[in-house]
Amino acid sequence: MIGALKIVVTVKQVPDPNSNLTLEADNTIARDKEVVLDPGDECGVEEGLQLKEAHGGEVILVSMGPERARDAIRKGLSMGADRGILISDPLLSGADALTTARVLAAAIKGESPDLVICGTESYDGSTGMVPPMLAELLGVPQLTVAKKVEVDGANLKVHRQTSDGYQVIEASLPALITVTAAIAEPRYASLKGIMAARSKEIKQVTLGELGVEAGGPVETILGIADAETRKAGEVIQDDGTAVDRIMQVLADAKAV
Amino acid sequence: MTRIWVFAEMSQGKVAPTALELMTKARELGEVEAIALGAGAKAAAETLGKHGAKVVHVNDDAAFDDFIAEPATDALESLFKQQAPDLILFGFTPDSREVAGRLAARLGTGVISNAGDVNAKDGGFVATVPYFGGAKVASMHANSKPAIVLVRPKSFEASESGGTAEVKPLAVTIGDSSKRAHIAQRVVEASEKVKLEDAKVVVSGGRGMGGPDNFPLLENLANALGGAVGASRAVVDAGWVPYSMQVGQTGKSVRPSVYIAVGISGAMQHTVGMKASKVIIAINKDAEAPIMKMADLGVVGDALKIVPALTAAVKAKKG
Repeated sequence: MIGALKIVVTVKQVPDPNSNLTLEADNTIARDKEVVLDPGDECGVEEGLQLKEAHGGEVILVSMGPERARDAIRKGLSMGADRGILISDPLLSGADALTTARVLAAAIKGESPDLVICGTESYDGSTGMVPPMLAELLGVPQLTVAKKVEVDGANLKVHRQTSDGYQVIEASLPALITVTAAIAEPRYASLKGIMAARSKEIKQVTLGELGVEAGGPVETILGIADAETRKAGEVIQDDGTAVDRIMQVLADAKAV
Repeated sequence: MTRIWVFAEMSQGKVAPTALELMTKARELGEVEAIALGAGAKAAAETLGKHGAKVVHVNDDAAFDDFIAEPATDALESLFKQQAPDLILFGFTPDSREVAGRLAARLGTGVISNAGDVNAKDGGFVATVPYFGGAKVASMHANSKPAIVLVRPKSFEASESGGTAEVKPLAVTIGDSSKRAHIAQRVVEASEKVKLEDAKVVVSGGRGMGGPDNFPLLENLANALGGAVGASRAVVDAGWVPYSMQVGQTGKSVRPSVYIAVGISGAMQHTVGMKASKVIIAINKDAEAPIMKMADLGVVGDALKIVPALTAAVKAKKG
């Protein structure tokens, strides 16, 4: 029987989805841009906080990233999370999903949480690979794409979104869940929360301290090319005849 | 001989369309064996054979349908210990990618995820993946063996090559330790008349529709055209319409004859899921919206006026 919940939420700092990214001459993404806590992870933090409010316990944020990823953790702490762990090491720059999962797993194992919450996929990478890898490395089941989560003692139940509805998934804690944006509307950090976050602990650890090796690259980029694009067609202002023109295009496509 | 595995995802007792797309590509690259797990696996072997599988490894244990990812990971690991392939292909779908992730972590292998294509090169494999929000594509060489590549649905058009697969029972015992994330119930919310991913015409709405109350306008148009309704991520995240309607990188990929984007600005996240449509019509009040730069016909105007008028015109034409 589990009473209070020890919850780990993985968080990532990503380029602001609302900012315009630029590409350097060597095809790397300019890194000096505006960065934010991944909006998907923000939902994860919110869900963690709601579960803590309902059951008691602790919310710990774990992130892998450069030194400045502290800001992403700080954002979650100002929402109400209790403390943070940042794994930062120059060797991890450009780390692939498996290395990321290994690093996160090593840091999370030290905490022995009841529940790990991840976003379904990051806004920038969108590979969706880290959560299942992390679940495997932690030796826990994964309950994924959750739009609703319920904890009752040691029992966990999620509503998992599917293409035509949802599935009810049940498991025992400890477990890992991935959440969608539908799970919870992230709260705004209050002034009090922002002030309180300043004195909350963010423990910084290196690869060596975790005992994880970075490993060689699992893939090599051979080249980067422009994606196939469609050419702009005709653009018309609707002056009352647009419907006729659309009907013509539909007829040409044999859709009417 | 290059040995390739295709993880043939099963959906409600039938082989998923994405598995046949992968088969069609895989048979160009080497000798293909498919793995089909769960209800209907044996029947699926015939279809997979017609699409070029030489061997289909089957196991119809109910655990594959009732528990998330872990039983399938056990089965693949067990087969892997007997005969390691050079390449394992998965669909980039919610179900398959969870198996791929666990398997990769268990085997200690890298993965290339969200690929749009995969080809053989110098005895290895190169996959193309979207980069920089989809404006660019990166060609990535897989350095691990086996290479594990997840390919977006609809990246290839499935076709039969004829043939019969040898069906081999995949002997694996699924222990209780892998029966953990239990699918206790399946709830169908959307009773789509026409499936979004199969529709010949898709009418999609975004924030420019103003609110969920205006989505029935799109349904009326889609019904008149015999099509289906889609949506952008923004309106799904806002809770206007269910996730099942989302078109884009994190939603469904579609390639209909006609795609009508209404009040959708055309963020890369969305366009990556619909840019293979044959004809794209955009209706938007903003002439500068990115969608206008890729539409065959862009109409600058008020969607709430144009859509009902268009619906009426379609109905009149069809009689």
